[in-house]
Amino acid sequence: MKKGVGKLKGFTINFLPFSEIKSLDSTKRIRKVLDIILDNNILILQGRLKPEEETRLIEDTMAMIRHVKNFKGVELAVISGNENDGFFGKMKMGLANAISGSDFGAITIIGPATIVREIKRNPKKIELFLNR
Amino acid sequence: MAIKIMKNFFTRIFFNLFKSKKNIKMGFYGPPNAGKTSLANRICKDFTGEEIGSVSKIPHETRNVQFKEEVEIDYKGKKMTFKMIDTPGIATKIDYEDFLKYKMKKSESKKRAKEATQGVIESIKWLDDMDVVVVVLDSTENPYNQVNITIIGNLAARKIPVLIVANKIDMKKSDIKRIEAAFPEYDIVGLSAKYGTNLEEFYESIFKLAKKI
Repeated sequence: MKKGVGKLKGFTINFLPFSEIKSLDSTKRIRKVLDIILDNNILILQGRLKPEEETRLIEDTMAMIRHVKNFKGVELAVISGNENDGFFGKMKMGLANAISGSDFGAITIIGPATIVREIKRNPKKIELFLNR
Repeated sequence: MAIKIMKNFFTRIFFNLFKSKKNIKMGFYGPPNAGKTSLANRICKDFTGEEIGSVSKIPHETRNVQFKEEVEIDYKGKKMTFKMIDTPGIATKIDYEDFLKYKMKKSESKKRAKEATQGVIESIKWLDDMDVVVVVLDSTENPYNQVNITIIGNLAARKIPVLIVANKIDMKKSDIKRIEAAFPEYDIVGLSAKYGTNLEEFYESIFKLAKKI
């Protein structure tokens, strides 16, 4: 293997199944997510946070930028499997998600901004650009 | 006598109808540098002669929520009074080093970054207080930015009527179709806040939006 690949050392990718946060309230969910990020990990979360949890995550991130040294925030993207399902498909999924608590067809990627420079997404793909 | 009673009845109905549409709280939301303040300034200047805030090429120029009370928009004989609320751009990351590129001093950049983080929190806190929201997006940028999706998702969850503005249509890279494809269930108005292009369609849409309250 070529030398230079090692430049990407210094972080890990954590996969978090939704079952791990399912029983947690919003505060604890966000705490868990941010703990993983603050440990310099890129988090791949099965499902997605609720809209109000996403804004709460942004609020807590902003508060942490001021209080945690070298923390500059997060890069975040959600890719949903049911974006083109139409109205009835979404309704069906909406009901299922309301029962289960989240959109299992979705994947959420969150990384510390010091590691992840940019996440570009379109409906079908996510590209992660890392800081060197 | 009967005519007088009827007249009073209709006056009361008309008054209540008008009253319910008075001082509608209209928020301007979006990512930094999309042109929220430029658009709010354009509207305020057109109808009050005054601007709401300063604009800059440097991101996070607006770091506090800014207001303009009683802005009466008069369009094609229809009138509605709004309380305009211009909010700081919402971001998921803020790095003071980004401001250094604009030849700002380190101390000034750090101060700006600190204020910007507080501004984002303030913007989010205000979401619940809005009657209608104009989400301003830069039509030269990729609309599938999670901040856009989060803002619109939150407004939908709160059942707040939304109008999406695709700003900067005067620029070569502008692509309204990309925004329409990203948010097919929303009304989208393309305009240039800087040059005041297509403001008519915007005012038309705002009146329609206000009726949804």
